[in-house]
Amino acid sequence: MDLQFTEEELAFHEEVRAFLAADLPQDLAAKVRRSDTLSKADHDRWHAILNARGWLATTWPEEFGGPGWSPVQRHIFEEESARAHAPRTVPFGLAMLGPVLIRFGSKAQQAEYLPRILDGADWWCQGYSEPGAGSDLASLRTRAVREGDHYIVNGQKTWTTLGQHANRIFCLVRTDAQVKPQAGISFLLIDLDTPGIEMRPIKLIEGGHEVNEVFFTDVKVPVENLVGEENSGWTIAKFLLTHERTNIAGTGFSTQAFEEVKSLARARRVNGRRLIDDPLYAARLAQVEIDLEAMKITNLRMLARAQKTGQPGVESSMLKIKGTVIRQELNDLARRALGPAAAPFPAEALAGNAAVAPEEHRADAARYFNNRKLSIFGGSNEIQRNILTKALLEL
Amino acid sequence: MDFDQSEDRRMLAETLSRYLSDRYDIAARNAVAYDAPYHSPDRWAEMAELGILHALVDEDHGGMGGSGFDIATVFEELGRALCPEPILPALMGLRLLAAAGAELDPVLAGTDQIAVAIGEPEAPWDLDALETRARKAGDGWVLTGRKSVVYGGHVAGRLLVAAKTDAGLGLFEVLARDAEITPYGMIDGGGAAEVFLDATPARLLIADATEAIEAALNAGRVALCAEAVGAMDATKDLLLDYLRTRQQFGRPIGSFQALQHRAVDLVTEIEQARSITILAADALDGPEAGRRAAMAKNLIGRAARLVAEEAIQMHGGIAMTWEAAVSHYGKRLVMIDAQLGDTDFHLTRVMEGLQA
Ligand SMILES: Cc1cc2nc3c(=O)[nH]c(=O)nc-3n(C[C@H](O)[C@H](O)[C@H](O)COP(=O)(O)OP(=O)(O)OC[C@H]3O[C@@H](n4cnc5c(N)ncnc54)[C@H](O)[C@@H]3O)c2cc1C
Repeated sequence: MDLQFTEEELAFHEEVRAFLAADLPQDLAAKVRRSDTLSKADHDRWHAILNARGWLATTWPEEFGGPGWSPVQRHIFEEESARAHAPRTVPFGLAMLGPVLIRFGSKAQQAEYLPRILDGADWWCQGYSEPGAGSDLASLRTRAVREGDHYIVNGQKTWTTLGQHANRIFCLVRTDAQVKPQAGISFLLIDLDTPGIEMRPIKLIEGGHEVNEVFFTDVKVPVENLVGEENSGWTIAKFLLTHERTNIAGTGFSTQAFEEVKSLARARRVNGRRLIDDPLYAARLAQVEIDLEAMKITNLRMLARAQKTGQPGVESSMLKIKGTVIRQELNDLARRALGPAAAPFPAEALAGNAAVAPEEHRADAARYFNNRKLSIFGGSNEIQRNILTKALLEL
Repeated sequence: MDFDQSEDRRMLAETLSRYLSDRYDIAARNAVAYDAPYHSPDRWAEMAELGILHALVDEDHGGMGGSGFDIATVFEELGRALCPEPILPALMGLRLLAAAGAELDPVLAGTDQIAVAIGEPEAPWDLDALETRARKAGDGWVLTGRKSVVYGGHVAGRLLVAAKTDAGLGLFEVLARDAEITPYGMIDGGGAAEVFLDATPARLLIADATEAIEAALNAGRVALCAEAVGAMDATKDLLLDYLRTRQQFGRPIGSFQALQHRAVDLVTEIEQARSITILAADALDGPEAGRRAAMAKNLIGRAARLVAEEAIQMHGGIAMTWEAAVSHYGKRLVMIDAQLGDTDFHLTRVMEGLQA
C-alpha cells in the first residue's frame, strides 16, 4: 500500500501546474470562478491553448493527436485544471465522438473529423435523448430510412447541451423498427446546416440557456455518415457510456468547491461572528470534507484498477452517485452560507455598492439549482443504482 | 380535540384558492414574479378587496382574524399558488403598526404598502447583531445603516425599520422616498430591495421594540411555514401526477419501487411539516410562540429542501426546465429557508431552550 504518486507522476503534476499558471488566461479563470456563462469564443480560446500544447484530447492515443496519458495522468490534469478554474473542455467532440471514431469509424471518417475536433473547426453536440427516451434510451424513435445514397431522418432530439454553438450533431437513430429496440439503432453524423433541421432553446430552472431541442424533418444524410455497421449503434452507445465515465467523480470540482465554501465561511460575518464559528455550519462543512476525502481515495483506487486492467469497472457507478451528491451538497453549503443574500436574481444585477454577496459567490443559488442536473444526466443516480444492483449484489 | 378548520377559515381558504387558481395560474404567476416590479398592482388591489389583509389582523384593530390559524390559512393558499405578492411584509408590518398603536386602515385597504426592514448584511436574522443606528435630531430622529434583502422594499411607500438607540432596539418609520433603495427580483420570484440609510429622517414608533419585533417575526415565521406546506402539497401533486403518467421501459416510472418509497417519505415529511405548523400557529399568541416557531421553521427548512430536491430528481430532466412548474416550486421551497432564520439558526434557538 502506497498512497503517494510516483516520481514521474509528481513531475508531471509540476508540469501541469506550471502550464496552468503560465497559459490559463486569468479573465477566463475569473469567469469560471463566478459561474458566468462562457461564450463559444471563450471555449474555443481555451481549446486552442490546450491544443497548442498537445493536451486537448486527453483520452486519444498519440497517433491521433492525443498526449498518450495514463488514467492517473489524466486524473492529475483534471484535478489541477479544476483547482485553477480552467474552463471544462467541451466533451462532445473530445471525449465522446473522438473515441467512437477512433474505435468504430472508417479511415476516411477519422481523417476528416478528428483534426477538425482538435483545431476547433467543428463543434459537436450529442443527440441521444428524446422527449420519450431518457433513462430508457433504447426506446428512441427518431427514424432514419435508407433511400439510395442517403438516410432520410425524421424525429426529435432534446436536451442537446450547447447545441446553439454546434455545427454538427451525432445521433442515435432507429434504422430497424422490427427487431428488439437495442438491435435497430444506428449511429449517424449529421451536419446541422442540412435543410430540415430546426434547433430551439430550452430555458433552464435558473434561467440559463445551455440545452436545446432539435427537430428533424426529412433531413437528407449521406450514407457515408454512418459510423460502424447499420444497426450497431447500441454497441457504440454502450462503449461511449464507459468513456463518459472518466472524471465521473468530479473530485477536482468538489475540492475546488470545498475550498471556496471554506474561505467564504471564514470571511463571512453573520450575527456577530464568523460563519465558520457557528458549530452547526462548521459541522456541515466538516461532514462533507470527510466524505470528500474518502471519495478521493475511492476514486484513486478505481483509477489504479483501471490502470492495471485497462477498463473502468462497473464500480464507476458508485463514483457517479457519491461524486454528484458531494458536489450538490457543497453547492447547498455555499447557498446556505449566504443566507438571504443568495436570493437576489439575476445576481449580476446587484453589483458595486448594492452587491449583497462577494462577486464570485453571487451566482451560488443559481449554481445550486442548475447542478441538480448532475444527478439526473449521464445516467441518473437511480439508473446507476440499478446497474450496481445487477452487477455487484447477486440478489 | 378537533383538527378541522372553522367554517370561516374554510370559506376563506376556498375563496382565496378559487381566486388564485383563476388569476394566478403558473404562467400568469411567472409573468409577474420574475419581471419588475415583481408583483402585480392589479392583483394586489384585488386581493386586498377580497379581505386577505383583514384576515391577518384581529377585530380590535379593524381586521377579521389575526390568529395563527388565520395567518396559516391564508399563507398555505398563497404557497400552493406560489403567489409572489408581498403579503408577508404586510403581515409583519400590520403587527408592528398595531403594537405601536398606529393607524392600520390604509394598509388594510391595500393602498398603503409597507415593508419591514430588519435584517442587515452581517445580521440577517439576529436582532442582537444589528448595527443600524438611530440618533435624535431636533424633534425627530435620523437613521444610518444598511438594511439588506428587504422583502417588499421594492414597492413599499413606507418602511418600518429596526435601529439601535442608546436605550435599546427601536422601531422607526421611514418614508421610502427619503431612503436610497435598490430594488431587485429574487431567484424564486417576487421582489426585495437594499435600503441605504444615511442620516435619513425617521419617526419613532416604538422605543423599546424588541418584543414587538420578535412577535412580528414569529407571525412571519408561521406564515412562511404555512406557505411552504401549501407549496409542498402542490409539489407532491405535480410529482405524483408525473410518476403516474411518465413512461419509461414500457411502464409508468411510478411503478418502480425505488421511486415509490421515496415518494412515501415525502408524503410523510409533508404531514410532519403540516403538524409542526399547526403547533406553531396554535402557540403564536402565547408564551411558547418563539420556541414553537423556531421548531417549525427548522423542520420546514429540512422538509422543504428534501421535497424540492426529491421532486426534481424524480421528475428527471424535465424538472430542470423553466417551463415545468415543479422547477419554480422547487426554487421557492429551497429559498424559504433563507427568510426569517434558516434551519441552523432555529435549531440553535431550540438548543438554547434545552440548555436553559
Ligand atoms: C441539463 C441537461 C443536459 C443534458 N444534455 C444532454 C445532451 O447533451 N445530450 C443528450 O442526449 N441528453 C442530454 N441530457 C438528457 C439526460 O441524459 C436525461 O435527462 C437522462 O437520461 C434522464 O432522462 P429523463 O430526463 O427523460 O428522465 P426519465 O428517464 O423520465 O426519469 C425520470 C425519473 O425516473 C427515474 N427512473 C427512470 N427509470 C427508472 C428505473 N428503471 N428505476 C428507477 N428509477 C427510474 C429516473 O432516475 C428519474 O428520477 C441532458 C439532461 C439535462 C437535464
